[in-house]
This record gives sequence, C-alpha cells and structure tokens, in this order.
Amino acid sequence: MTVISSHQDTQALTLTIVAEYDAAPDRVWRVWADPRKLERWWGPPTWPATFEQHDFTVGGSSSYFMTGPDGTKAHGWWRITAIDAPKRLEFDDGFADENGERSPDMPVIHCAVTFEPSGTGTRMTTVSSFASIEELEKLIEMGMEEGMKLAEGQIDAILAED
Amino acid sequence: MVVNQLGDAEIDRIFHALSDATRRDIVTRVLRQEESISQLARRYEMSFAAVQKHVAVLARASLVVKQRSGRERLVHGNPEVLRTAARLLGEYERIWHHRVRNIQDILSEEDE
Repeated sequence: MTVISSHQDTQALTLTIVAEYDAAPDRVWRVWADPRKLERWWGPPTWPATFEQHDFTVGGSSSYFMTGPDGTKAHGWWRITAIDAPKRLEFDDGFADENGERSPDMPVIHCAVTFEPSGTGTRMTTVSSFASIEELEKLIEMGMEEGMKLAEGQIDAILAED
Repeated sequence: MVVNQLGDAEIDRIFHALSDATRRDIVTRVLRQEESISQLARRYEMSFAAVQKHVAVLARASLVVKQRSGRERLVHGNPEVLRTAARLLGEYERIWHHRVRNIQDILSEEDE
C-alpha cells in the first residue's frame, strides 16, 4: 500500500512528498535508474515523457520531452548531482527549448530523493526545492494557502495576518 | 517539471517582479488598499522616481493596475495574477501525487 503525505515549507521553499512502497529499495531505485520505467511515471497524466538520454551517473545529464494531448512537446533536462544507490539521488530539473537547449531564464528545481527500508518495503521521500527562484517564497505565501481565501474575497483578513 | 498554462515570458515577468522586497511590499499594500504613487513613495527610503519604476515593473507583470484619478495615479493589486502564478505550485504537487501512484503501478506489475 502506498502511504503518501505532502508538505509545503514556505520558509525553506520546498515541497516534500513521502510515499511508501511494498518493494525493496533497489526495486524502487530502478524506477528512477531505468529510463524505460522512468518515462512511464514522470510525465503528468496527459503529458507522457520520453527520455532521449539518461546518463544516470554523478555529473550525468538526461534529456527528455513530454508530449501533450495536442502533440505539443515540452522539453526538459536533468543534471545528476548525487547518487548513492539505492539510498539517495539528487538532481536538478529544468526547462529546455525545442532543440533540447537549456532555457537559462526558467526556474530550475532541485530534487533530492531518499530511499529508506521500511518494514518489508521502502519509504521514498522526494524534496523539491525552488532555490533558484527565491521569489517563490512570497508567491507561495501569498498564493498557495491563501489563494483559495483570496478567491473568496477575504483579502483583508489574509493581509491582516501578516 | 511543470506544465503550465502561462507563457514563459509571462512567468518570467511575474517572478522577476516579485524578486524584490520593496516590490513585494508594494503588492501586499495595494492588495489591501489602493494607494497613490506619492503615498507609496513616502513609505520607502528611496526617491519618488525609484518607487515609480518599481510600480512600472509590477504593472508590466499585471500584478498591479495603475489608474489615473485627477492628478494622482492610483495603484491597486491584482490578486488574479497571483492566483495564476500560485497554481504552478499546486500543479506541481498534483503531478507528484500522480507520479507516486504510477510508481506503485509499475512495482505491482512486476510482482505479477
């Protein structure tokens, strides 16, 4: 059974997702290491991913694109910054143009994944940090939690909490 | 990776506009209540022209709207744009929930 929790930390600018799988860490690790497995889960529901390159070593790069319902392709890249199989993986994930060239002005998300034995299975924790755009902190603060309330026209109440 | 509904240029403008503490403060203030540029200028230790420039950056990102009222230019916030930008993060979280389920499917398949 998959137990999932998610947590947004607006101070540290992170999104933490915890999932538990009834499979040993090396098997969960392989869904990241094997590009044919990886592309089966990485893309959003209607945007399946295709990994054209997946150099799963420290300093290695991956390039991928996701194909939208209308055939539009969204290109992205990874750069692997740490690997300790089957315990820990860290990488940067960014946007690329249609030629696969990195888009320097777009956000880069740093992703740190840990795999811990849990009972007979694995607890997988992914921490996504938006460190390259510190601006997001205020954005999250103003938008994520409070966006719904803003939508209800309670702007004054929210701002009064500052 | 986030698949978003906004154009790259539009997102760049929003994030750039919010990258400055004074500009974030201006947004917070004018969401609460509209203020003229001269009122805003009195709140910060910088020139009227500098505040005017900050407001222009925010206006280009549609985070605030400027309106002429007699001799004054009134500035008010546009919460809709903040909501739109915030959806990026909500989207990101939803994507991860989807990924976690997909991984579960792959692992269950291997067991069969």
